[in-house]
Formats: sequence, C-alpha cells, structure tokens
Amino acid sequence: MNTAILEFLYLAAAAGFILALKWMSSPATARRGVFAGEIGMLLAVVGTLLRFEVVRYDWIFAAFLIGSAIGVPLAYLMPMTAVPQRTAVSHAFGALASALIGTAEFYRLTPDRFTAAALVLETLLGFLTFTASLMAFGKLQELLPTRPLVYKGQNIVNLGILGMAIVTGVALVISPEQLWLYPFFTLLALAFGILLIIPIGGADMPTVIALLNSYAGLSASAMGFALNNKLLIVAGALDGSSGLILAIIMCRAMNRSFTNVLFGAFGQLQTSASGPVVQKPYRSASPEEAAEILDGARSVIIVPGYGMAVAQAQHKVRELYDALTKRGVQVRFAIHPVAGRMPGHMNVLLAESNIPYDHLVEMDEINSEFLQSDVALIIGANDVVNPAARNDPSSPIAGMPILNADHSRTVMVIKRSMSPGFAGIDNELYYMNKTLMLFGDAKSFVAGIVKELGAVHA
Amino acid sequence: MKDLETGLFVFMLAAFLGFELIKRVSPLLHTPLMSLTNAISAIAVVGAILITGEEHASPFSRWLGFVAVVAATTNVVSGYLSTDRMLKMFKKDGRRK
Repeated sequence: MNTAILEFLYLAAAAGFILALKWMSSPATARRGVFAGEIGMLLAVVGTLLRFEVVRYDWIFAAFLIGSAIGVPLAYLMPMTAVPQRTAVSHAFGALASALIGTAEFYRLTPDRFTAAALVLETLLGFLTFTASLMAFGKLQELLPTRPLVYKGQNIVNLGILGMAIVTGVALVISPEQLWLYPFFTLLALAFGILLIIPIGGADMPTVIALLNSYAGLSASAMGFALNNKLLIVAGALDGSSGLILAIIMCRAMNRSFTNVLFGAFGQLQTSASGPVVQKPYRSASPEEAAEILDGARSVIIVPGYGMAVAQAQHKVRELYDALTKRGVQVRFAIHPVAGRMPGHMNVLLAESNIPYDHLVEMDEINSEFLQSDVALIIGANDVVNPAARNDPSSPIAGMPILNADHSRTVMVIKRSMSPGFAGIDNELYYMNKTLMLFGDAKSFVAGIVKELGAVHA
Repeated sequence: MKDLETGLFVFMLAAFLGFELIKRVSPLLHTPLMSLTNAISAIAVVGAILITGEEHASPFSRWLGFVAVVAATTNVVSGYLSTDRMLKMFKKDGRRK
C-alpha cells in the first residue's frame, strides 16, 4: 500500500495518544481518554501490518493471540489491591519487548554508529527495566522480602555494574561488528536491574514504579530513533515524561532528592539512630467508644494508608462512610501522595468500594481542614501523619510533607500494635492526649464500629 | 544526520507536551494514568511486528520478534483493559451538589 497513507495512520495514532493523556486530566473524560489511546494503538498496529516489509502474518497473529490470552485474564482477574503488581509485570513485558527488538535489530543490521547508539540505549533501558520490574513485582507480591536489603559497598557494586554496562555499550557503538560483546552487555544490564531494586523497600515502591514507567517509555523512544519512526519517539517521550513527573511528585512527597532515588540508596540506614526504648503512656479505646465519638462528630476525616489495603478493609470503610453520612456527618478522605504502593493507589481502592471521588481529597487541599474537623480516623497509615516530620529535624523523615491529622480535635488510630511503621520511627501522634489507639485488624475493627453505630441508631 | 535532527526535535516537543499534559492530571487518577502510559509504552509492538513479519528474517530474529510481539500484546491488552476497569469505578456523589 501507499507508504504516505501509512505515515498518516502513524500521525493519527500519535494524536490519539496525546488526546488520551489530555482526557485523563479529569475523571469525567478519562474513559474517553482510554478509548482514544486504544484507537491510537489500533491505528499503529494496522498501519504497521500493512507495510510492504511485513509479509509473514502467521507468526504475528499467533503472538497476538497468545498475548491477549495472557493479557485479558491479567486485567480482569486482578484484585484492586494488586494494581501495583500488575503494573510492574506489565512494565516488565513492555520493556522485554523493547529490549528483544533492539537485540534482533543489532544482529540483523550490523548497524551504523548512530543506529547502534540508539539500539544500545534501547536495550540497556529495556533489559534493566525488565529485571527491575520483575524484582519490583516480587517485592510487591511479597514473594521476595519487602524490607530493603542493604550491604556495605552496595552503591559501589551497583554503579560498577552500571559503569561496565555503559563501557561495553560504548564499545559496541564504536565497533558494532564486535558482536561477541553483546551477550556481556545484555547480562550486565539485566544484573543491574536486579541490583537496583534489592535495596528498595516496600514504601518506596511508588517512586520506583514511576521511574520504571519512565525508563520503559524512553526505551521505546530510543527504538524510534533506531528505526527512524516518529510515532515511537512521540509515544515513548510522552511515556517517559509522564513517569518522570510522577517520580518527582513521589520524591517531593517523601522529601527525598531525585539523585537519592536514581542511585537506589534510600532505605533503612538511619534506623539505628533511634534512642533507648521508653514505654510512654497512651490511651486505647474499644469499637463502642469509637462509635460513640464518631456518632457525636460533625466532621470526620479518614486517613487511609497501605495498611487498609493489606487488611482489605476498604469495603468496611465504605460501610462506615455510609453509616456516618446517613447521620449527617461530613466524611472526607485525606489522600497522601505516597499512601499505598503506587501513585494514587488509595483512590483506586476507595473508588472500587464505591466512595464518590469528590470525597477523596488530596493533601494540599485538606490539610487546612483538619483544624475544623472533630475526628481524624487513621486506618493503616503511619509515617504520613507523623508530626516528627514537621517538628524534629533529626528525624529520618524530617521535612516530609505530612497530613496534619494531629490538628484535628480527636485523633483515632486503627493499628495492630504499637510497633513502629516501615521507616522504623516512633510516632509521637500516638502518645498525644487527644489520641485514641484502636488496636486490632483494620477490617474487623471498622466492622465493629459500623455495628455499634447501627445499634445506636436502632 | 537529518533523521537525527528531526528525531530530536520531535522528541523534545513530545517530552514538553507530555510534561504539560501530565501536570494537569489530578492526583486522584495517578494510578490509572500510569496504567495508561504503560499501555502506550507498548507501542514497541510496532517494532516487534516489523521484525517478526519480515520475509527473510533469520530464525533467531523471528523468534525474538515473536516473543516481543507476545510481550507487547500482553502489555497493551492488560494495560488498556485494567485502566478502563479502574476508571469505571470512579463515580461522583450524585446525592449532593
């Protein structure tokens, strides 16, 4: 077919992707955005299938079938708490595809220097994102220990491996005919991906997933340079900048520098700084007492964290929301940017349990509202409400923006025990006079409160 | 060299456009956004089709291409479907204005 027409298909596909991102800006248009993205992808695939170079359709359609057979169940059988894992696996697939194509091109062409440089970049990012995403999946699925594993000289080893990969890559660019170097290059990139994730703990996954998203995009963009295909460049660049922005937002929300993340050095090193353990007094309460206080409140702000997802408590939280709203209590949810295991994770969980999204409020908007709220109910969140971030310059989380739950008239914290959270930092919020600790599993405790509220009502 | 220049131009414009578009996305939708961009990054399927469908491809590159098409298709299909599945759940409160 006429190549000029096919170029136009690619142009339309790029427009589809741009519209997809544009329409994602609001929940009202977001589904239209997905549709635009799907059309874009369809045009890109059709436009490619019609090209004169493509003559063997049997292998391609077999691959389409297998890919759909894996992809459809992956999308529909996944529980919403597992969205981060699914995204990590999906990143791994995309990155693997990109890396394999780069490899095939390298062996096929014996490329010129410019193409070789693009291919080296593509495969480096592709292979390292592949293994890093698989590692992230393992940690999120808790197949691997979620605690960061840190050892002495880790950064030197990691940077050494990356350095060797880059040197090998540069050697391949200078003399692309030295193909024996290529397997080493591949192995180094794969190894670096694994090492990159080893020192990263569960709570830092939002940043890492965003970053891997960016790498996968940049890899596709590099492929665009190698194949001289502008659609790939555009789609990859959109994806790369999207991942990068999200990673930056996550970094800011944790007050970590971007270099800190890039070198994968963040983690647990500061924990030993905590002083001698002193038993401080705290107050605890039963579901009945909690229900009574909530019943008398006018305004309640719920702060959900990853603990809510782990306990699968979101549907019970919805029942609590219903019970309180019915009594005329204003209920809102305060969403910290890094709550959960990927950006926006809490919103998806709460939306799944049918809580209207206009009651999910982001940090900057809700923080001034805590002063006027009667109760802040914290469910499975810890560091994101720790006032030490504001008050204690020596704290490992000093400077991290937090939700001002401590400004609320009463604070209630649903928690399994007094043990410190991920960052291993004690939380002074728990020892305040206005704080009630509600000990127990989030799901059953919230269910208990709902039951009591029903009893009061009847 | 001409290709490189145009390519970089396109890359730069698309990257800036991406920044502007993503900045406007509400934090509410960050998870579906990432899922969507993840699906878009599977545009690598284009390269994979070109490699696999070539007439005189060596068995080595045919197989690599085949695996790449499978992986990219998985990424596309699961990415779009789960983004839509998530977005379907976002509902506005109909009871009050």
